[in-house]
Amino acid sequence: MSGTPSKDARRTALVAGLGIGVALIAFGWVAPKWLVSLSMLALSLGLVSLGVLVLMRCGVVPFGQGLVYAAGGYAAALAFNKWGLTDALALSMLGALAGFLITLPFAPFLARYRGIFFAMLTLALSMVLYGVLMKSESMGGSDGFNVTRATIFGWRAPDAQAPAVLHTVVVLVTVVFGVLTRIYCDSARGLVSQAIRDNELRVEYLGVSVARVMITNLLIAGTLGGAGGALSILALGHIDPQFSYWTTSGEFVFVAILAGHHSVVALFASSFILELVRSYSSAYFPNMWQLALGVFLLLVIRFLPNGLGSLQARLTGKSEGAQR
Amino acid sequence: MSELLLSAQGLQRSFGAVVAADNVCIDVKPGEMVSLIGSNGAGKTTFVNMVTGYVKPSAGTIRLSGEDITQLAPRDITRRGVARSFQIPQLWAQLTVLEHILVAATCTEGTLPFAKSGATPEKIAAAMALLERFGLGAMAQRRVVELPGGVRKLLDIAMALTGQPKLLVLDEPTSGVAAEEKFPMMETVMQAIASAPVAVLFVEHDMDIVERFAARVAAFYSGRVIADGLPADVLANEEVRRYVTGSGKPH
Repeated sequence: MSGTPSKDARRTALVAGLGIGVALIAFGWVAPKWLVSLSMLALSLGLVSLGVLVLMRCGVVPFGQGLVYAAGGYAAALAFNKWGLTDALALSMLGALAGFLITLPFAPFLARYRGIFFAMLTLALSMVLYGVLMKSESMGGSDGFNVTRATIFGWRAPDAQAPAVLHTVVVLVTVVFGVLTRIYCDSARGLVSQAIRDNELRVEYLGVSVARVMITNLLIAGTLGGAGGALSILALGHIDPQFSYWTTSGEFVFVAILAGHHSVVALFASSFILELVRSYSSAYFPNMWQLALGVFLLLVIRFLPNGLGSLQARLTGKSEGAQR
Repeated sequence: MSELLLSAQGLQRSFGAVVAADNVCIDVKPGEMVSLIGSNGAGKTTFVNMVTGYVKPSAGTIRLSGEDITQLAPRDITRRGVARSFQIPQLWAQLTVLEHILVAATCTEGTLPFAKSGATPEKIAAAMALLERFGLGAMAQRRVVELPGGVRKLLDIAMALTGQPKLLVLDEPTSGVAAEEKFPMMETVMQAIASAPVAVLFVEHDMDIVERFAARVAAFYSGRVIADGLPADVLANEEVRRYVTGSGKPH
C-alpha cells in the first residue's frame, strides 16, 4: 500500500535507522578527522532541520528555528561551564529539554498563525533572543562560550579517539531522534498533520483540534532543535549569539527545502551536502560560499522541485506524493 | 422534546445589512431526510453553517438531542454526532482515497496516537468496506487530484460518515455534478447510508432530486423559512413557487 503507514513502515524505520547508525558510527572511526567533524555538524544541524520538516509537513515554515537551536546550545554550554555537567548524552538531553521549554510558552500563540505571519513571528522570537544574548554578560555577550571536550559516562576519551567517540554519541542521539520522528510522521497524528497542511478546515470538521496538533508539532520541533543545538556545541566547542541569528535559521529551512518534506534520510543527506558545499566553497571561493549555495539550491529547485527526497520516489517509480 | 434530534429555534444572523437568518426554526427527527431549498443567498448555507458551528447565530438556540450546541466549536459539534460535507469538497490533495478515510476515521475516534499507525489491518478493512459502499473501492490508491468532481463529492460524504454521525449535513451534494450523474450519485449516497441510523439535512437546488429523496422540505427565502412540510405540499406552495422554484406567477 503505497504511502500508507503500517507496522511494516515502523519496522523499516527501525531497521533503516539501525543500519544507517552502524554505518555512520563505523564511518566516524575510519574517516579523516575533518570529515568526521563535518559529519557531526551535519547531523546536529540536520536534527534542527528535522524539526523544520515536522512543521513543514503541517504546512508552516519557521524562519526562527535559531531560537530553539540557541536555547539548546546555551543550556548545554552553561551546564558544562557553570555546573560542571560534562556528559555528552546528558548535555544533549538537556539541550532537547531547553528547546522544549522555550517553545512551550510560545506554542499556543504560534499555533494560531500560518504562512508568512508564522514565519515572521518565529523569526522575531529568535531575533529577540539574539538581542538578549548579545547584551547579556552572564551569557558571554557577543563572544559566547567555549566548551571543552565532553565525557561519556564519566570517561574522557584520549585525544586520538575523541572525534570518533563524540561522533558516535552524535550519531546515536541523531538516529534515536530520527527514528522517533519517522515513527511519529507515520503515526495517526503524523498523518493528520499532513492533512492539516492540505486543508485544516476539514480536519476541524472531523472533530480534531488543529491548534493542539500544531502545538504538539511545535514542541517536537523545539525539542529536536534544542538537541541539535547541544550536539552542535559539542562538535564546534563554541557557542555565540550567532546561533540565534536569522541567517542560521535560514540554513535550517534551506536544508529542509533541499530535502523536501517526505524523507528523514534525505534531510540528513541534504544537511551533509550543505556542509560539504559550504566547506569546499569556503576553501575555493572565500567569502562567496553563499553564492555557490544559492546556485546549488536553484539547481535543486529546477530539477528536483520536491527535494532530494523525491529522487527515491523517481528511482522506485512511486508517486512523489506517496513518498515519505 | 427529547424525540427531536436537532432543534433550531429563533436563529438570527446578519452579515452587515444582509439578513441571512431571520427567526429560523427547524426541527429534525432521528433518521429523517430533510431537504433545504431556496435561491442563492436565501440563507440555507448560513443555517447549515450555524448548525455545524462555523457561524454563530446572534440569537436563538440549537439543540442536539436536547443539548445546547449553539456556541460550540465545529470540532465539538462533530464529536457530538454532527458530520458534514461541503459544496466544494474539502479534501487533501496529497493523500490517496484510502488515506482520506483512514485519516477521517482516526480523527473521529477522538485520540491521535503518537506512535501507533492509523492504518492497522482492521482499520484498512473497515475503510475499504466504507469505500465499497460508495463504489470507490477500485480508486482506493488514487490521489484525489486525479479524480473527477462527482467522485470527490462521494469521498467527501464518505469521510463524514466515518464517525457514525447522528446527523449528516450535506451542502449541495449534487452541485457541480453532470446532470445525468446526479441521480445515480444520490442513489449511491442513499444506499450507502441506508444501513446507518442517521438523519440527513441536505441543501439542494435540483427539485427533481428533492422530490425523489427528501421526506421533508424546508424552503428558505430572504433568511426566513417560508414553508416546511412534505415535499409535495411545499413545492406546491404559492410562495415557494414564486420565490424558490420560479414556477409561480410573479407579483
